[in-house]
Amino acid sequence: MFESKSGILLVAGLAFFGFAFLSNAAVPYLMYRNIPEQTAEELVNGNVRFQFEDLSRRYPESFVKAYGDPPADPEAGADWWNQNVADSLREGRDIYVGEGCWHCHSQFVRPVSNEDKRWGPVSASWEYQNELQRPVLFGTRRIGPDLSREGGRRSNDWHAVHLFKPEMTSTKSPMPEYPWLFDGAPDKPNRRGLALITYVQWLGSWLESYPDYENYQPAPFEKPAEDSESEDE
Amino acid sequence: MTDEALQSDDALSTPATHASLVDEKIVLAYFVAALTFISISMLGGFLMAAQLLRHNPLNGIEIFSPGRWRMLHTNAIAYGFLANGFLGLLHWVIPRLTLRPVLDRRLSWLIFAAWQVVVLATAVGILLGQAQGLEWGETPTWIDPLAQLGLLLVAINFMTPIIRVKGPMYVTLWYFLAAFVWTFLTYAMGNFVPEYFVSGTAAGAVGGLFIHDLVGLFVTPLGWGLMYYFVPILLKKPIWSHGLSLVGFWGLAFFYPLNGIHHFLYTPIPMFLQYGAIISTIAVELVVTTVVINFFGTIWGRGREVLTNLPIRYFYTGMVFYFLTCLQCAMQTTLTFQALIHFTDWVVGHAHLVMFGVFSMWIFGMMTYLIPLILKRDWYSNKLCEYHYWLSAAGLAVMAADLILGGLFQGWSWSSLQPWDRSIDVSFPFWMIRIWAGLSMFGGLVVFLYNFYMTWRSEPEPAMDVAVVPA
Ligand code: HEC
Repeated sequence: MFESKSGILLVAGLAFFGFAFLSNAAVPYLMYRNIPEQTAEELVNGNVRFQFEDLSRRYPESFVKAYGDPPADPEAGADWWNQNVADSLREGRDIYVGEGCWHCHSQFVRPVSNEDKRWGPVSASWEYQNELQRPVLFGTRRIGPDLSREGGRRSNDWHAVHLFKPEMTSTKSPMPEYPWLFDGAPDKPNRRGLALITYVQWLGSWLESYPDYENYQPAPFEKPAEDSESEDE
Repeated sequence: MTDEALQSDDALSTPATHASLVDEKIVLAYFVAALTFISISMLGGFLMAAQLLRHNPLNGIEIFSPGRWRMLHTNAIAYGFLANGFLGLLHWVIPRLTLRPVLDRRLSWLIFAAWQVVVLATAVGILLGQAQGLEWGETPTWIDPLAQLGLLLVAINFMTPIIRVKGPMYVTLWYFLAAFVWTFLTYAMGNFVPEYFVSGTAAGAVGGLFIHDLVGLFVTPLGWGLMYYFVPILLKKPIWSHGLSLVGFWGLAFFYPLNGIHHFLYTPIPMFLQYGAIISTIAVELVVTTVVINFFGTIWGRGREVLTNLPIRYFYTGMVFYFLTCLQCAMQTTLTFQALIHFTDWVVGHAHLVMFGVFSMWIFGMMTYLIPLILKRDWYSNKLCEYHYWLSAAGLAVMAADLILGGLFQGWSWSSLQPWDRSIDVSFPFWMIRIWAGLSMFGGLVVFLYNFYMTWRSEPEPAMDVAVVPA
């Protein structure tokens, strides 16, 4: 059995593989099947919509070039805005994946290593049940900080300048420059740039704690920070 | 096809000759492809390393985006170098071990061409920014079906001669048989399930399983299978213990796939599953120890071969690195270590230790052994072969030690809540050493390529011919 062809094919090849798939993949899937998966349209909320409208005011020319003029009628306008935010989230996510941002930035706050003090609430399962997390963007390496609570922490201008040339906002930053997301200048983001900024501003916008500012104290801190404020769920 | 006689079941009535079994040209073609892709991959690694030091020579050019080249770096190693290298070696080993040629030589060449299309398309897709958001599965979604088909054909082409073997098989063939089934299933699972069927945390669990299975069920079994073949041949003595090789195989088959979730500890994935993955990871370490003991038992008493026989030195260096990686693995999988080292360069060091220190070293060793046999001439320079070994081994050892140590400092800097820039400052000296170590490894490769080229150009020696030695 242990050295015969059929034994190896059946037991090692299929049974063990299947067992691992069952325990490591099917079980978590079954445990979360009650949390509905949201579409990009369902993910649009007031916070990200605000940021998107803010982009249209800061970069009116670029914005109109990318998305066209918003309808004058406020009724139709709401749908137009929401649909464009949803599209931008999808597009922004694709750029985030395609540029490998997720190989330098994680998207989950762990319950250890003081991460909740640096970035805000520890990540929970329901936050990931949406189409933009197909496949999930937990990340495996942090050269730059975690981004899962990045939305609202910085202004749209800051992100535009930072993406154009990170060293302009963060001295000595090893993050690459992304001039191709712009039409030649940091105040002229193109459609891809606008979409990526929208996506980054969306991260964490579903939380009560949005926007989450860094509230850590410079080390070494005198007495341990009290847990009362950082334990808000 | 002159091989028809061999394909029937009473094949052994006509004595099999090496030429009727092995298509040497395809072995060589795979080697050339593999060496091309490892060169590209190393350039990608170099670009990212330079970016971290803020000296990116190709700054601001879209298709040289460091993030894209980082993905190219890992994918070119997995699918371009390791897969091509292994496929070439399998074309040598399987026919000689089973005394039967592969199913069809034309199919072999078709697979060769298809696989290069897959790898090149992956590279182009990634460079155009179409990556899929799955580590090691960044292959753009439109290529996945072709890759899947290629893997199926590989399995059919190679499994045919293995299945026809009567009676018990040698351990190498168990590993190969299992690897063909596993690779096919793993690729399907990883590239389709988290993309189309599940999202979020559950997709994370599948993703973890995928990266892990790709190392554990595709690279590892092929690598060890080849070791079980080449080490006894080069040492001219049988493997030390048949029983231990059984333990190693079945231990790997059972425990390895259960490790997947250890890549995402402390995520929202249920805690009991995380514990399960941790315990089976530690179990793998015990299994690995038995395999390593078996190989050291084999070389026992012939230790001098490590000095005189270069391929053997490559193999055993790889095994020492393998043992170290797995030891490291058993430590870093514990939650205590995870809290500190997850997301740091420690993990990057670990990955290089396995992918370069073990499997690439093995492939280099096997190439060093086979290329003279295939070209029927000696190496242009044995000294350059030595340089290749030392530059690779020393570079890798420095890189791994450097990144592992650097990871600890990064972890401490983060958990002490210092501003983020501090962790970059702390990493800087380590990144500086890393790029020099990488250049040493790259230098080794350049030496090897030069040596290969000069050997190819020199005159063949008609006296050298290969005999078939049934194992
Ligand atoms: C080489 C690794 C690397 C890549 C690739 C990378 N980043 Fe960064 N990122 C960093 C580092 C390091 C920092 C911290 C220094 C700084 O602010 O620039 C950072 C900072 C940031 C910040 C600011 C976080 C904060 O609030 O302080 C944002 C937002 C960001 N990156 C977004 C992105 C996006 C979007 C991409 C992909 C287009 C990306 N990064 C690609 C390394 C990287």
